[in-house]
Amino acid sequence: MSVRVIDTPLEPWREVAAFEATQKFAGKVGAACVFVGTMRDYNQDTTVRSMVLEHYPAMTERELEAIGNEAARKWTIEKWMVVHRHGALQPSDPIVLVAAWSGHREQAFAACRYIIEALKTRAPFWKQEQTENGARWVERQT
Amino acid sequence: MAITVRFFAGIRERLGRNQAQVDASAVASAADVWREVAGVPLPPNTLIAVNQEYAQPGQAVRDGDEVAFFPPVTGGAA
Repeated sequence: MSVRVIDTPLEPWREVAAFEATQKFAGKVGAACVFVGTMRDYNQDTTVRSMVLEHYPAMTERELEAIGNEAARKWTIEKWMVVHRHGALQPSDPIVLVAAWSGHREQAFAACRYIIEALKTRAPFWKQEQTENGARWVERQT
Repeated sequence: MAITVRFFAGIRERLGRNQAQVDASAVASAADVWREVAGVPLPPNTLIAVNQEYAQPGQAVRDGDEVAFFPPVTGGAA
């Protein structure tokens, strides 16, 4: 139930801790599943120096909300969160954080997985990589 | 009022602009909007959104709508 799209450095572990501190689910939760995606310095056999992530403001948040709510209907989870970067990124920078809290691990794993997989095909983000041969748009899922 | 058209990523670069306006009386569907503003065929695999929700080319559009055209999305990581 928390979606943020930010253009400042993403600090996933701080985000998770800060979110948990605002929740009153202590005792109800037996599992927190956290996925953090970070930027590689290579893609399709080419060295990538940096990257710019473009997105469609408003639609991005709307789509991420829809995906998270779908996960919450399919599995029994207490809470979920997504934080996604846009703007300029360097290799090893965190790009995306997905977390799901549940009574049991199976539900938390499934919901977290669903959110990241759906995000990659539906959330309107586009990667433009800076390589040794100039800038290129990533045209397919990697 | 008019229909606001938005372009993103590679499509924005190819067309050389990120936004356009279309007279709503000139178009009936999202595909019509593309024809009206782009001057080139809709590239294969282009995604369309009407008012920030995914739509098909045949979806009806009306005054005040926002219609967006963009390439397949490539967010997330790993």
